[in-house]
Amino acid sequence: MFDINKIRSDFPIINEKVYGRPLIYLDNAATTQKPLVVLNKTTEFYKTINSNIHRGVHYLSEQASAAYENARKTVKDFINARSLTEVIFTRSTTESINLLADSFGNTYVREGDEIIITEMEHHSNIVPWQVLCERRGAHLKIIPFDDNGLLLIDKLHDLINIKTKLIAINHVSNALGVVNPVKDIIRMAHQHNIPVLIDGAQSIQHLPVDVQDLDCDFLAFSGHKMYAETGVGILYGKEKWLEAMPPYQTGGGMITSVSFDETKFAGLPQKFEAGTVNYVGAISLAAAIEYLRGIGMKNVFTHEKELLDYTVKQLNGMDDLTIYGNSPNRCGTISFNLNGIHPYDVGMILDKLGIAIRTGNHCTEPVMRHFGIKGTIRASFAVYNTRDEIDVLVDGIKKAREMLL
Amino acid sequence: MKIDEIQFQIIKEFAPLEEWFEKYEKLIDLGKKLPVMDEEYKTEANLMSGCQSSVWITSRLENGRVIFQADSDALIIRGIIAILLKVVNNQPSEDISSMDLYFLDTIGLSSNLSPSRANGLASLVQYIKDCAKEYLYER
Repeated sequence: MFDINKIRSDFPIINEKVYGRPLIYLDNAATTQKPLVVLNKTTEFYKTINSNIHRGVHYLSEQASAAYENARKTVKDFINARSLTEVIFTRSTTESINLLADSFGNTYVREGDEIIITEMEHHSNIVPWQVLCERRGAHLKIIPFDDNGLLLIDKLHDLINIKTKLIAINHVSNALGVVNPVKDIIRMAHQHNIPVLIDGAQSIQHLPVDVQDLDCDFLAFSGHKMYAETGVGILYGKEKWLEAMPPYQTGGGMITSVSFDETKFAGLPQKFEAGTVNYVGAISLAAAIEYLRGIGMKNVFTHEKELLDYTVKQLNGMDDLTIYGNSPNRCGTISFNLNGIHPYDVGMILDKLGIAIRTGNHCTEPVMRHFGIKGTIRASFAVYNTRDEIDVLVDGIKKAREMLL
Repeated sequence: MKIDEIQFQIIKEFAPLEEWFEKYEKLIDLGKKLPVMDEEYKTEANLMSGCQSSVWITSRLENGRVIFQADSDALIIRGIIAILLKVVNNQPSEDISSMDLYFLDTIGLSSNLSPSRANGLASLVQYIKDCAKEYLYER
């Protein structure tokens, strides 16, 4: 059963006050708050079995290594990967994408080749590809979106050709909250044997993500946006690709033997995990996943969908307010502006009311350019948010408009 | 008036405004009254870094005193600019380069000028000081 009061009591920070007012935290797309089970899990780890993994002969190291590898299994099961070798721990979504751009890019992308992304990518799914293209003399091709934030999938037919080496798309837009038809895109890409990377940074915490069902070749996401600690991310990759790709970073932990003449690299997944990894982060991610599973991803989705629909309804009832990305398929995030008012002004006033939202371009300058704006006000939801909080937000927006007009 | 006298005056003006929204209302009012910078000066070179809002500034030296003009696309930021300019405008460059802007702290606005706010104000204050130092050096 979905018990919102129980959930809220799981997150200590939710009961904090800012400027003497109850905190209304609606900046979850930037990072989510952490439940006690996650915080306790990592504290407990440090208190009882902390030790560097895959190194020691001693008891603690064995315990720590087992916990780390169990965390990999938890992630594997959560995204329904086929094997543990397909789950790579990274620092973040950004590092996962950089790993791919470097390792896959250097192996498969040649002069004149093309990589397809969309107009609504986060900068972290633009810049690594742009830099790769510059390095290799390749070209970046863009799938545009319409004014409702719907990707113009028909254009993909025209963009795909023999030179296309990879399609990299976000599952859910961090700026608009639009859910993209990734399954259709993957199916189309696979007809031409083109692999697809899904940037799942804004979907993994909101809806069930099954890599076998999607049939994506790669999936990247971050722990801190799904209730885990900061500094841990995942790159899922189909084994056939990961096997063929060279290491991204090199050093300890990713080798089988080293001499001055030759180094032999370890197999998957260690090949991509050089140095001391953020093993405590991995354990916190597993704890966060267990927490989400306890609630049920379908319940999470339903609750947040209801919140979003309610917010849309409330905001649609306001004059002089523009919502960006009016797609029927949205989750987690809503972006809007009060007409003629700078989003930062609204953000400053909401801040004083204890409401944490984000303003600005959300690391998606091309999206802002599409709409001819500098930025938006973005409210993004998590499992602990409530309708009452949306009501406070809406009142806050009204107050801001009253003050600023 | 000297910089510290103006700061004192601003602190006095803000003293009765106890609630945050009263302060913001005053800033909004000041922001509305701040002269708009001509579009031709809103160039990349005059832009202060800040991804949340844009702030532009220009300066010139007249008889040893620095004349600044600044603007922002956000209204409350324009209000803060208006009081900042009230303090530094038309002051000798040596006074500006060595000034201590304590009034922002006293009236409770200093957090808006922290670099983490990314609204361009922190860079603006730095620019004002650097600029005054440069004029001083030129003389």
